Amino acid sequence: MNRYLYYPGCSLRGTGKAYEESLLAVFKALDVELEELDDWNCCGATAYMSIDEISSFALAGRNLALAEKKNLDLVAPCSACFLVLNKAQRYIKEYPKVAETLEHGFKAAGLEYKGTVKVRHPLDVLINDVGMEKIKARIKTPLTGLKVAPYYGCQIVRPYATFDQMYYPVTMDKLLRAVGAEVVDYPLKTRCCGGSQKGTLPEVGLSLIHILLKEARRREAQIVSTICPLCQFNLDAFQEEAGKKYGEISMPVVYFTQLLGLAFGFSAKELGLERNIVAAKATLAKFAPIVAKGQIQSSAPS
Amino acid sequence: MEAGNGDLRIGAYICHCGTNIAATVDVKAVAEFAATLPGVVVAREYKYMCSDPGQELIRQDIEEHHLNRVVVASCSPLLHEETFRGAVAKGGRNPFCFQMVNIREHDSWVHLDHQKATEKAMALVRAAVRRVGLHKPLTKKRVPIDPNVLIVGGGIAGIHAALTLANAGKHVYLVERQPTIGGNMAKFDKTFPTLDCAACILTPKMTAVKKHPNITLWTLSEVTQVQGYVGNFEVSVTRHPRYIIEDLCVGCLECIEGCIYKQAKVSDEFNLGLGKRKPIYISFPQAVPQIPVIDPETCIDFKTGRCKKTCIEACGDRHAVDLKQQPTHESIKVGAIILATGYQPFDARKVPDYGYGTYPNVYTAPEVERLINASGPTGGEVILRDGRRPKAIGIIHCVGSRDENTNKWCSRVCCMYSLKLAHLLKERTSAEVYQFYIDMRAPGKAYEEFYHQLLAEGVHMIRGRVAEVTDWAMTREEEGKLVMRAEDTLISFVRRVPVDMVVLSVGLVPQEDARDVRRLFNISCSTEGWFLERHPKLAPVNTFTDGIFIAGACQAPKDIPDSVGQAGSAAAEAMVLIDTGYVEMEPNTAYIVQEECSGCKTCVPMCPYSAISFLADKKVAQINEVVCKGCGTCVAACPSGTIKQNLFEDEEIFEEIQGVLV
Repeated sequence: MNRYLYYPGCSLRGTGKAYEESLLAVFKALDVELEELDDWNCCGATAYMSIDEISSFALAGRNLALAEKKNLDLVAPCSACFLVLNKAQRYIKEYPKVAETLEHGFKAAGLEYKGTVKVRHPLDVLINDVGMEKIKARIKTPLTGLKVAPYYGCQIVRPYATFDQMYYPVTMDKLLRAVGAEVVDYPLKTRCCGGSQKGTLPEVGLSLIHILLKEARRREAQIVSTICPLCQFNLDAFQEEAGKKYGEISMPVVYFTQLLGLAFGFSAKELGLERNIVAAKATLAKFAPIVAKGQIQSSAPS
Repeated sequence: MEAGNGDLRIGAYICHCGTNIAATVDVKAVAEFAATLPGVVVAREYKYMCSDPGQELIRQDIEEHHLNRVVVASCSPLLHEETFRGAVAKGGRNPFCFQMVNIREHDSWVHLDHQKATEKAMALVRAAVRRVGLHKPLTKKRVPIDPNVLIVGGGIAGIHAALTLANAGKHVYLVERQPTIGGNMAKFDKTFPTLDCAACILTPKMTAVKKHPNITLWTLSEVTQVQGYVGNFEVSVTRHPRYIIEDLCVGCLECIEGCIYKQAKVSDEFNLGLGKRKPIYISFPQAVPQIPVIDPETCIDFKTGRCKKTCIEACGDRHAVDLKQQPTHESIKVGAIILATGYQPFDARKVPDYGYGTYPNVYTAPEVERLINASGPTGGEVILRDGRRPKAIGIIHCVGSRDENTNKWCSRVCCMYSLKLAHLLKERTSAEVYQFYIDMRAPGKAYEEFYHQLLAEGVHMIRGRVAEVTDWAMTREEEGKLVMRAEDTLISFVRRVPVDMVVLSVGLVPQEDARDVRRLFNISCSTEGWFLERHPKLAPVNTFTDGIFIAGACQAPKDIPDSVGQAGSAAAEAMVLIDTGYVEMEPNTAYIVQEECSGCKTCVPMCPYSAISFLADKKVAQINEVVCKGCGTCVAACPSGTIKQNLFEDEEIFEEIQGVLV
């Protein structure tokens, strides 16, 4: 059995709850044990990072220091957490000044950090540790005929391409293909989802969201598979608004773990599919009979 | 007569090297210090010791002061050890009763503090003076040289070197692993900047190779073993079966016509998979030798044994087709070896952003060479993989070159061949051609002029590295096109250029098996995998292994003129070796005091040059002085201290160390 430390971050306890639910279900089915990092704190992403890098590194550093005590790889499913933890890790290693400053922080908190923690992404764990054979063996309902646009977003491969290609990552493509789905060539797979532009420059954010969805439709995808809570939220929650402005598109946007879970035979509820705003009901009905019983509730017309 | 240690008469010479040494080291003080050392009879400083008067100084002093040992403190022994040994010999002393001290590279060039640098020079001189007293007279051994030359690789470099040597009356074995010689150049359409047809200038040389009485040409062959040393290499070559007997075949090609496959169905390697061939084929119309080859991977008879063998029928009474042919092994002796094993084009799949392998209309430059070639898969017409003819073409420079993520080096030829392809594509298709370049590098005779010619022809030049090639259309005009997205750094603007065809100007990378070849011939590679020359400027075709030379793109990316120039140079170096008739071996070899050897064999596998053999009858190890390079590995490894090394005897080294530390 593979064992890892688990760093949920704020998203997986908030807007990305469905990511956590489906991830835990899928990992459990594959005998991957996750132990939640005790007393974890904010990863230090976006808001901190752009204003005060050192504060951001200190927050990430505390998580890393806590993790180091356990001597296990740290799984960070949220792309922002994954990036910030990796970035802090690198800066501590490569910039003695950063390491020295953080040293004071660690001391004040009664911690020390040697820099040994490996920050891992679930895609990396599934492909490289669990392996395709085990994943294929677990399939109950192959996703045959489901056309998926794989959407990675920017943060897991840039600037640090630790386990996949920088501009054209393929690990999620491989996993989805392994469970029977048809993966369409989606050249926008690492293109910007708008980030938090929807809040600050709504015009820009909405246009970016629309570009991604429109291209997925043009490629004849029935569904978009994501790995990042912010991407998922943008494409899902603002789809209707973007549609009103630029032309309506109805495209369910789910986490890749939800699709894997469906193939493994979990119910829509177990995978948090009812939390989606754009209903995946019609699209996924044939893979999860239980969906047809109306467990997916939707606030948007499907 | 050489003096024993009791009556040492040492001369010490400290060189200024202009200001190279004198600017940092107080040369006068070092000379004065040297004069006080035991055994030193005369100590002098001089502006240029390597000059004729400098050398003459040593000769005269030997005569006048009856010197029997000489120390020169100057530059690296790599540069002038031979010079000063010669001066010592001129004075009538054994040239090995001499020690050189490097106070330039090891001292003046690397230190700033004058006083400390001077002290260091003094310590080094003291060490040399103490050491040189123990030096024994040694002699260089002479070994005769085999006059034949082996050339590996039958591209333009190998061909040119072979013809040069053969024309000078030397016998050459030319070994090529493909079915034909010609290499990469044979695949090109035209050559830059003159636009002369590659085949028209190459094929006469190929034919000359075939006809030359002094050249033994072995195609489909590989070198499998190399033993021996400079002047006396023993080489094994495996000749893979062609399944056509070369001596019986007249090159009528009727067997190809007669093949049971009426249509060519197999992917054609020579055309980089753009065309088809039969299982029995000839690479291209001017292939040398003009003899077909059977590919056992695709021939029905090899796969099932149930072919009507219509090829044999077509050959008729000549009986040249032999489906049972086996590999043969040749053993040859040669005095010198020239490696001209070339390069391979960068694999464009490693840059997925450009969509090679994803979008059918993305081509590599070598593919385009075949596409526009009259003997290529389309007879020279630019018809894309999807059957269309391009109206707009984009060429991306530096794919797999000058890129942190792939290869850092500039491949040197891509700017020029991109311009050439732009010209040819425009000429054949009248399409708009866009060049995306980082810097336009046109450093060669008539190269810059060619660039200006292209500008006048209306080829669009966009300075910027392309970020991606995508079929993601943002506008109606982009629908169905490949969109090239790049920052045009001259106007500071991101451009999207829709085109029908993308050409990737892939860089040059070392051959897949360059490292195996390196080991086989016992030469060095740079970290990138290019064969390492002995000196980048002054010995560009020599390697660190005497008698083995390199030419062409196996050493680094280079164009045809440079490859040919290097090939001629390698041929000349080989000729110098052969015409000298013998090699002189440096006497710094290791030797075994056989009475003391316990026969433990520790040293045997350690020798990187396979110079040590174990004499089973006497139960002792023995070192072949001719093969030994004097690396000292065995000396250090010998558990009983039985292996010693000329010029590096324990006593000499200890004396030197003490001289530094006192």
